[in-house]
Amino acid sequence: MSINRREFFKIAGFAAALGLGGATVAAAVKKEVEASGPYLLDPKGLKAKRWAMAVDMAKFQSDADIQKCIDACHQVHNVPEVDPAHPTQEIKWLWTETYEHAFPGNEDEFIAPHYKHLPFLVLCNHCENPPCVRVCPTKATFKRESDGVVMMDMHRCIGCRFCMAACPYGARSFNFRDPRPFIKKELNREFPTRTKGVVEKCTFCYERLAKGAMPACVEVSNGALAFGDIDDPDSDVRKVLDNNFTIRRKPELGTHPSVYYVIGGKEHA
Amino acid sequence: MLEKALKGGRTYWTWVAALLAVIGIGIACYIYQFFVGLGVTGMSRDVSWGFYIAQFTFLVGVAASGVMVVLPFYLHDYKAFGKITILGEFLAIPAVLMCMLFIFVDMGQPLRVLNVLLHPTFNSVMFYDMCVLAGYLVLNILVGWTSLGAERKGIAPPKWVRPFVILSIVWAPSIHTVTAFLYAGLPGRHFWLSAIMAARFLSSAFAAGPALLIILALIVRRYSTFDPGKEAIQTLGKIVTYFMLTSCFFLGLEFFTAFYSGIPGHMQSFIYLYKGLEGHHQLVPLMWFSTILAVVAIGILVFPFLRRNEMILAFAAACVFISLWIDKGFGLIVGGFVPNPFEGITEYWPTTPEFLIAAGVWAIGFLVLTILYKIAISVKEESGGEAIH
Repeated sequence: MSINRREFFKIAGFAAALGLGGATVAAAVKKEVEASGPYLLDPKGLKAKRWAMAVDMAKFQSDADIQKCIDACHQVHNVPEVDPAHPTQEIKWLWTETYEHAFPGNEDEFIAPHYKHLPFLVLCNHCENPPCVRVCPTKATFKRESDGVVMMDMHRCIGCRFCMAACPYGARSFNFRDPRPFIKKELNREFPTRTKGVVEKCTFCYERLAKGAMPACVEVSNGALAFGDIDDPDSDVRKVLDNNFTIRRKPELGTHPSVYYVIGGKEHA
Repeated sequence: MLEKALKGGRTYWTWVAALLAVIGIGIACYIYQFFVGLGVTGMSRDVSWGFYIAQFTFLVGVAASGVMVVLPFYLHDYKAFGKITILGEFLAIPAVLMCMLFIFVDMGQPLRVLNVLLHPTFNSVMFYDMCVLAGYLVLNILVGWTSLGAERKGIAPPKWVRPFVILSIVWAPSIHTVTAFLYAGLPGRHFWLSAIMAARFLSSAFAAGPALLIILALIVRRYSTFDPGKEAIQTLGKIVTYFMLTSCFFLGLEFFTAFYSGIPGHMQSFIYLYKGLEGHHQLVPLMWFSTILAVVAIGILVFPFLRRNEMILAFAAACVFISLWIDKGFGLIVGGFVPNPFEGITEYWPTTPEFLIAAGVWAIGFLVLTILYKIAISVKEESGGEAIH
């Protein structure tokens, strides 16, 4: 192909105009980004030295009450439904297990039938000494020093799933495929959906705490889930712990879970 | 020296073409996995590592076992290994390469792999595993290539190589120890939470690696004029014998602790693997096949008059290799996930694409091995085969 001088100048002129145009747009975008200012914390945001939860099984009136908590969590966090074709690759943040599965090693042949079949809510324990954080090769999962929440950076996660092998509570799920087609409930545009190939789990609703709201499950639990700062003697969670016999999952592993369970208690007796 | 890989007979090129075909299929399957996600594998929420990571674990052992020929030659001046040190070093290179590829194909977000370097995390064993594997690869390329280059010219290797040789000898056990630490430090995974894990890893590696080397040496002798030497092969046979016995002894120790203590968590994975747990027994035939192969292999290897026959030795070596491949390249990893942290059971079996991707990685390894061995053997055929050090 050969071009004459005139054509060359024409093309060169266009190219220059395009280049200049691009620079102008880039400058405008940059200005807008700068204008949005630094990220500010919401003054209404809730703060704690260490967030903790107490699950009072006696206060749930029915299975529907429990399901309400699960639905609230999965709806606000855009957790996909189980893909019927691949049920073993499901994603769950909050779900139920019977006593023998939630507390393996503590099961008893002659446990009262009521407790044997009680559906215990299980979730990430937000351990004080989290094995998942210890093994993560990229710090994609990390413990927030300010309040003890074990966080997930889904943009940094490489999907090696070392954290899933390390978590003794089976709290973590992996996006084996694109989760978006399986989000059947109304999409919450305030919370990001995830991509395939990353691990996710409960994050104690850090995004709600930052705006002054309680975790979604706590909000709809009618007091069955107590949440608060375990370092504050007046917090809801401490009141439950001070007045009831509580247990934690697998305390012998030294992970120091932040989720406590009231099995019987005053209300139930 | 690379040009030597480009000259070969019909058999050589047919073999290379076959490997390329398997690699092609593997790449096609990987592209499918890349776009759909790891959902195309048999892995699940409960068994979150499978065939890929198990292959990686096994191959780290094969890589580390190169030290079994390098150490006697360089530290004890064991001359019979002079001819095969290069075979050990050149086996380690594709083995480490396969390890890296198996990690890569197992990643959910492979394009983010460099995050491991961008955000180095010193409390993660995986960070150290990456360091030791990369280091071991470089050491073996450096030492193997330089020594072979010197041999081609008929001179002793340059003096600066020796510190790297010593370093590679120390380095080899480290790669498998660190790999064992990936598993042995996880609370709540009773099957892996064992202080003897690294020792088990090393002993099985030093049996499986030299077993493969025996088979490779016999193939080399058959298809070239270079003879790795009867004595070298017999010594490898002894190494395989002792480490296979050690490996089985260590497994026995695990059984004792689990079953004499009677602690359910410690017994469950073993019961699942060898007997089946609560009606789930998919891996039982495989584990017993591995056990039978181990018994047959030891039954042959402990009798010197049997292993002196090279064909019988080759058969025993194949039994050792397959037995340990099943044990470590499958059972050890899957067993750690069954039962899950809720003492529920989800079984695992690789899917066809998963299996083909793994086959593709193995084929890449064998292709690199073929090229490296071709070069080494061509040099040996010219020089007469004795390395100087």
